[in-house]
Amino acid sequence: MGWSAMLPLLVILSSAIASFVIFFLDDDRLKLRQTIYLGGQVVKLVLVLVMLRGIYFEEDYELRVPILPGIDFLLRVNELSMLFLVLSAGLWLVTTVYSIGYLRGKPHRSRFFGFFGFSVSATAGIALSGNLFTFFIFYELLTLATYPLIVHRDTPEAMRIGRMYLVYTLSGGVVLLAGVVALQLTAGAVEFTPGGALTGNEAIGAVLAAIFFVLVAGFGVKNAFVPFHSWLPAAMVAPTPVSALLHGVAVVKAGAFGIVRVVHEIYGLDLAQTLGVLLPLTIIASVTIVYGSFMAMFQDELKKRLAYSTVSQVSYIALGISLFSLTGSVGGIVHLVHQGIMKVTLFLCAGAIAETLGIKHISKMGGVGRRMPWTMGAFALAALGMIGLPPMAGFISKWYLGLGAIEAGQPWVIAVLVTSTVLNAIYFLPILYSAFFGKPSEEVAEAPEPEGRFETDPLMLFPILTTAAITLLAGVFAGVEISPLGWSEIIAGRGTDYEPRN
Amino acid sequence: MTGAFSSINWMLAPVLVPLAAATATFLLMGLRGRTRRMAQNAIGLAAAVGIAVSALALWAMVSGGGPVRYELGGWEAPLGINLYADGLSVFMLLTTAVVGAAGSVYTLGYFSGREGEDVRRREYFQDETGSFWPLWMFLWASMNGMFLAADAFNLYVTLEILGLSAAALIALGGTRMAFSAGMRYLMVSLLGSLAHLLGVALLYGSFGALDLATLGESASPIPPVWAALALISLGMALKTGLFPLHFWMPSAYTGAPSAASAMLAGLVGKASFYLLLRVWFDVFEGSVPPGAGQIFGVLGAVAIVWGAVMAMKQTRLKTLLAYSSVSQMGYLFLVFALVAGASPERGFEAWAGGIYLVLSHACAKAAMFMAAGVVIYSVGHDEIPRLHGIAQKLPLAVASFAVAGMTMMGLPTSGGFTAKWLLFSASLGTGQWWFGVVILLGGVLAAVYLLRFLNPALIQVRTAKVYRDAPRSMTVAAFGLSLFSLFLGLASAPMLDLLAVGGPFGGGS
Repeated sequence: MGWSAMLPLLVILSSAIASFVIFFLDDDRLKLRQTIYLGGQVVKLVLVLVMLRGIYFEEDYELRVPILPGIDFLLRVNELSMLFLVLSAGLWLVTTVYSIGYLRGKPHRSRFFGFFGFSVSATAGIALSGNLFTFFIFYELLTLATYPLIVHRDTPEAMRIGRMYLVYTLSGGVVLLAGVVALQLTAGAVEFTPGGALTGNEAIGAVLAAIFFVLVAGFGVKNAFVPFHSWLPAAMVAPTPVSALLHGVAVVKAGAFGIVRVVHEIYGLDLAQTLGVLLPLTIIASVTIVYGSFMAMFQDELKKRLAYSTVSQVSYIALGISLFSLTGSVGGIVHLVHQGIMKVTLFLCAGAIAETLGIKHISKMGGVGRRMPWTMGAFALAALGMIGLPPMAGFISKWYLGLGAIEAGQPWVIAVLVTSTVLNAIYFLPILYSAFFGKPSEEVAEAPEPEGRFETDPLMLFPILTTAAITLLAGVFAGVEISPLGWSEIIAGRGTDYEPRN
Repeated sequence: MTGAFSSINWMLAPVLVPLAAATATFLLMGLRGRTRRMAQNAIGLAAAVGIAVSALALWAMVSGGGPVRYELGGWEAPLGINLYADGLSVFMLLTTAVVGAAGSVYTLGYFSGREGEDVRRREYFQDETGSFWPLWMFLWASMNGMFLAADAFNLYVTLEILGLSAAALIALGGTRMAFSAGMRYLMVSLLGSLAHLLGVALLYGSFGALDLATLGESASPIPPVWAALALISLGMALKTGLFPLHFWMPSAYTGAPSAASAMLAGLVGKASFYLLLRVWFDVFEGSVPPGAGQIFGVLGAVAIVWGAVMAMKQTRLKTLLAYSSVSQMGYLFLVFALVAGASPERGFEAWAGGIYLVLSHACAKAAMFMAAGVVIYSVGHDEIPRLHGIAQKLPLAVASFAVAGMTMMGLPTSGGFTAKWLLFSASLGTGQWWFGVVILLGGVLAAVYLLRFLNPALIQVRTAKVYRDAPRSMTVAAFGLSLFSLFLGLASAPMLDLLAVGGPFGGGS
């Protein structure tokens, strides 16, 4: 087995082994833990970059181990894998640095970082899976690895929500399993193939369409489609870095990523259109987008509002994918990254505000912008991006989604996008207004002056500024070939005669 | 006999080694105190190693050269005792070797309680008479003997020894409850063996043969065969604990000392299931009346749901585990419905899936009972409502419980995942999707009943008092076995190759 076959496995193991070692360290072995952990991250990032370069020059990385008759454990890297992998490895680093600041002096840090790293390993596995069987394995491992993070606070309330989370996600997993097995039985060993692996001759259309919906329903729980979304706002009980990870890259995205894989690399856009399964997916996604935005308006707790915002924004991905148009697909795929960096920024800001000023509710956020200008500035940048203001990353996504809707002959989707944008503005702008221009709330007035040079713990502030900057850069430099947009165009265009727009 | 390491010796070893160990430890019962314990422990561990080595050797032999048959003393089939080993036999031997080895290590610590200690506990943790090791070794010998038996009468003999030694192990708990549970198990076991004996008698009357291979050749779908099959099936369903014949399981598994519960729930119930597989698929493959498998399948499906629902209602950890076993045993019986009318490929999937669950469940459930034993050893009871926050005090025990629980839930990379994947695939492939629904539902229900313990255990609260730390051998055995069960899903390819050797359905091709 050559070096190039082991590389994907090493990417997964680098974070898993570092995390495993962490478990055996006492909570106060701070230096050692951080060295091992950050060491694992650096190794992982280097491996990812090596692989990224390799993929760009069209090298193959594949690891295949037979598990059951006709079923292989398959890790195979393609452009789509890399998009998700880079996102997860990058955000892991950012959120880890943040967590070190966030959790300073709190109990059970070894356990926290251990499972945090396991979650990222599972996410990497999801990114690198070469078939649905392997995908499913990591998908379930992700559920298990995130459970201890959700119940991290160990209160009865956290436990209750943890149970709800498990029941939701395990039920989703079970449905997914049913779909995976059904596909295996109808079509044999199906591997992710750009442009679609199925020909449409495996079975009658109704069967293939039914399997499609079972798979989407399985992914739909983590993707938080209405009506399977209620676990997501509830999971806010977790520590903020966990929420950021969950919303930005790990759990919710795993569902969205699965849908991208199914539509683009199992069925293929053409077959999916022939089967008539795309329009129902567009409708589900549209309903979720509007519903999530609508519910977000009524949340006073900042993290809850952000959670409903995620319900809405993540479905942009499925929406783009479900449009019978490569431009739409580009919009969906690029939003996988854009939503990730924007939402991570928002959550990290929310956590920094809660830790520094003790404010968790929007009604008490008056004046926060003057006390913590950098943090709120980053928040504003990401929020405007979410609304879709140019030149932020979110604008690029919405632009391509809108173009795609027209190309696909579904102009009503534009109305969905507009509605959502208006609602986004309604639930984000008042926060910004009161934070910068509003009367300072009691909490802000009574908050102690910052101790050091910075408005909050620098280990929290710098990650925030980094992701905020990326939000801006991803939008401004979208035209560059290696930007998320450029990469998404390469992904969507594989196996077709699609020409990138720029 | 030619050569010390000929195939013959390897076939006898899995039976003779524990038998010799049983005799030796039995003779040592005359000694007292620490000396006896040390001597018995040494012999028992040596036997565990010997069994593992011989099982591995048989694995190599069978994979290389196909099934082996050995005529004891040179007498041929109708007269002498024959031993027969195919993939399934070796698979089962490996199962007992792994779980038995972990169980043997566990008992080192488990029975380390001193006389005159505070005994206001659920279990005594003492073996005053030194009778655990002889009984356990007899039990092990009888199981291994059953897996190698080539004729129906030897199956009966081993079944009988199995039942007797298992009942004695349960009663070894020393409490009143253990004693009555042991008695009840003895009755159930005798009834089951009796049914089997009647079935065998019917077969002998019809064909004049007891050898399984000979019976398989001459069997045809005639009423006496059906009657024999019904009797044997009934007896074995009773001993395996198929709903609604599971009534003895909760009290037996709860009342027995945890070291014995682990072996009972892990291995003993699987032995009778093995017998059932042999009879259905190797002997009467062509003469099972159509629809008979459906009866087992439906009862199995009911068991999956019923056992899980009952498990949710339990307040004692060991009873919860016992009902979990009721649920998991249900999965095994789906096999009989799933193979009916299936293509060879789907048939092999169902058959192998059931057997893979035997191994996975044996490891996982034994690990969970061991973990429960650690809790009882340390806290003095296993009442879930009083175990809040116990994970802070006994992290490794709770971790073993959680890791092994992944097999119950059927999550990757546990062996339970592989098994349930195969069973589910067979149920869709044969168009019996309703069984598939139950298979998946059972996994989610398992998560719910396991969280009934895990959730309170993980909360950070002031927790119940821990009297004493459990010996390391107990926690290590439990955790090691649970980890083993977790990685079984990754090792399925060689294990399925082994099962295909001499198995029915032509190995799936």
